[in-house]
Amino acid sequence: MRRSIGDKAFDIINYVIMIFLSVITIYPFLYVLAVSLNDPFDTIRGGITIFPRVFTLDNYKEVFSYPLIGQATLITVLRTVIGTVTSVLSTAMVAYVLSRKDFIGRKGITTLFVITMYIGGGLVPDYLLIRSLGLMNNFLVYILPGLISPFNIILIRAYMENLPIELQESAMLDGANDFLIFFKIIFPLCLPVLATIALFVAVGHWNSWFDTYLYCGGNKNLTTLQYELQKILANTAASSTIDYYSNLDPTRTMRVTPQSLRMAMTIITTLPIVFVYPFVQKYFIKGMTLGAIRT
Amino acid sequence: MGRALKVIRKQKYLLLMIIPFVVWLIIFRYVPLWGWITAFQNYKPGIPMTQQKWVGLKYFREMFNDSEFYRVMRNTLAMSLMSFAFGFPLPIILAILINEIRSAKFKKTVQTVSYLPHFVSWVIVASIVHAMLAPDGPINYLLVSLGLIENPILFFGEPKYFWWIVVFSDIWKEVGWNTIIFLAAITAINPELYEAAEVDGAGRFKKIWHITIPGIMPTVIAILILSVGNLINIGYERQFLLRTSAVRDVSDVLDLYALDYGIRAGRFSFGTAVGIFKSVISLILLFSVNRLSKKVLGYKII
Repeated sequence: MRRSIGDKAFDIINYVIMIFLSVITIYPFLYVLAVSLNDPFDTIRGGITIFPRVFTLDNYKEVFSYPLIGQATLITVLRTVIGTVTSVLSTAMVAYVLSRKDFIGRKGITTLFVITMYIGGGLVPDYLLIRSLGLMNNFLVYILPGLISPFNIILIRAYMENLPIELQESAMLDGANDFLIFFKIIFPLCLPVLATIALFVAVGHWNSWFDTYLYCGGNKNLTTLQYELQKILANTAASSTIDYYSNLDPTRTMRVTPQSLRMAMTIITTLPIVFVYPFVQKYFIKGMTLGAIRT
Repeated sequence: MGRALKVIRKQKYLLLMIIPFVVWLIIFRYVPLWGWITAFQNYKPGIPMTQQKWVGLKYFREMFNDSEFYRVMRNTLAMSLMSFAFGFPLPIILAILINEIRSAKFKKTVQTVSYLPHFVSWVIVASIVHAMLAPDGPINYLLVSLGLIENPILFFGEPKYFWWIVVFSDIWKEVGWNTIIFLAAITAINPELYEAAEVDGAGRFKKIWHITIPGIMPTVIAILILSVGNLINIGYERQFLLRTSAVRDVSDVLDLYALDYGIRAGRFSFGTAVGIFKSVISLILLFSVNRLSKKVLGYKII
C-alpha cells in the first residue's frame, strides 16, 4: 500500500519531536560532563556547550582529595547493599506468610500494612520517633525505617499466589516446616520478581539524602554521597543568583571553583546509575508493568 | 479456645516469621500516627507523652492565624496545579507519539533515553538544573546568542521563574517514565481494530483518534483520578533543593513549612499540626476521588 503524503509528513515530524526529546534529555548530562572536565577558571568565561575547551582532571582530583569522599562512598555502598538485602528478605518473608490462605492473621495484618500506604504520621512525628528510639546519628536509621514497603509486599504476594500450590503441599507432606518451605522452595522460585524489587530498592537507597540531612547531618562518619553533593549544591546555588565571579574567594588559593567541583561530584554520583541502567532497564520496566496491572 | 490454640501451634513458624515485622510496623508506622496527639499538647522534650500539658486546638488556631501559612498554601496549590496541568497530558501525548514510531530500534532507543532521568536523584537533577540555568550556563548562552535577551537572566534570583523551574524540572525528570503505563495500555489494544480501520481506508490521525485514544481512555481516567487524589502530596525535595534565599517567598510548601517552623525551630507541636492538616486534606481528596471513581469507572481505585 502506498503511503500518503500526510502519512510521511507525520513520520518526519514525529522523528523530529523524538530526536528533540532525546536531545533535551541527554544534553544536560553532557553539559555537566563537559564542565566537570574543563578548566574551572576557563569555565567562568562562559560558552561551554558540549566539549571541554581546556581539558583538565583537576576537578576530579579535587573531589577525591576531599577527606569525606571516601567515607561517603563507603556509607552509600553499605547502606545500598545492607538496606537492599534486608529489605528484600523481610518483604519476601512477610509476603509469603500473607500469601498463605490458611494463615490466621492474613486479613488483619494485610489491612494493617495497606492502611500505611495512605496515611502516615508525617515529618515531625517521624522525627520525634527516630529521636526517641536513639536512632539519630546511627547507621540503622538508613535501614530500619524503610525496611518494608506495603506496595512491594503486594507485588511479591501476587507473584507467590500464582506459583503452583502442589510444590508447597508435597513439601509439607515430607514434613518440612513453613520456614523451610519459604527458604528452600518459595524464595528461589520468586527470584525474578525479587530481583526487580531489589533494583528499585537499591536505586532508592543510592539516591536518598534527606535521611542523612535530617538524622545524621552533623555526623561525618555517616555521611553519604548524595548528602555531600547536596551540601555543595546548597553552598553554590545561592551564588548563582548574585554574581558568578563571587565564587572566586580571593582569600583562598583554589585550584578549582565550587561550581566545577559540584559538576565533578554530580558526575561521580550519577555514573553508577548510568552504568547499571542499560543492563537492568528491562527489569525496571517489568516491575513498573507489574505495578500497573494492579492499578 | 482450644481450637485457636491448636491453629496457633500449627502455624507457629508462620507467626514467628511475621511477628517481628508486625512489631516493626507498629513502631515505625503506627507510633507516629499516635504521635499526632503531640499537636494537641504543649510538647516539651524529655517528658512522657501522657504527662505533657494539653492545649486543645491552640496550634491549629495559631496555624490558621499565621499569614505565612496562607503563603505556603498558595505555593503548594500553585505548584501542584501547574504540575498537574502540564504533567498529566504530556505523557499521554508522548506515549501516542512513541507508539507511532515505525522503527522498532529507534522506538526502543527513545524509550531508554527518556526513562533515564527517573533513576537519578533529585539532588543530581537540582544540581543539573542550577548549572543549565546559571548566568554562564547553556540556556542563557543560547538566549543571548539568538539575540532574544541582552544580558543573562538570573533565573534563581527572581521569584517569578521559580514555579516554572520546579514544574519543568519535574516534567524533565518524569515524563518519559510516566509514559510506560499508557504505552502498556496501547499494547493491550486489539490489533484487529487497526487492521479493520486500514481496510476502511483510515489514515494515521483517524486511527489515533478513533482507536488509540478510546482504547487508552480507561487508563487515562484512572490516572487522572489518582493524580487528583494526590494533588496536595507534591513532596518537598524539588523545592528544598532548587530554592535559593532570593525565592524563599514562592518556594515554601507545606512539608517545608513543617520542617522549617516545626523541626528546625523546635516547635514540634506546631509542626505536627501542619502535618495533620496536610494528611486530612489528602485523605478527603482520596476518599472523594475513590467515590468518583466508583461512579465513573465502576470500581474503586483504593
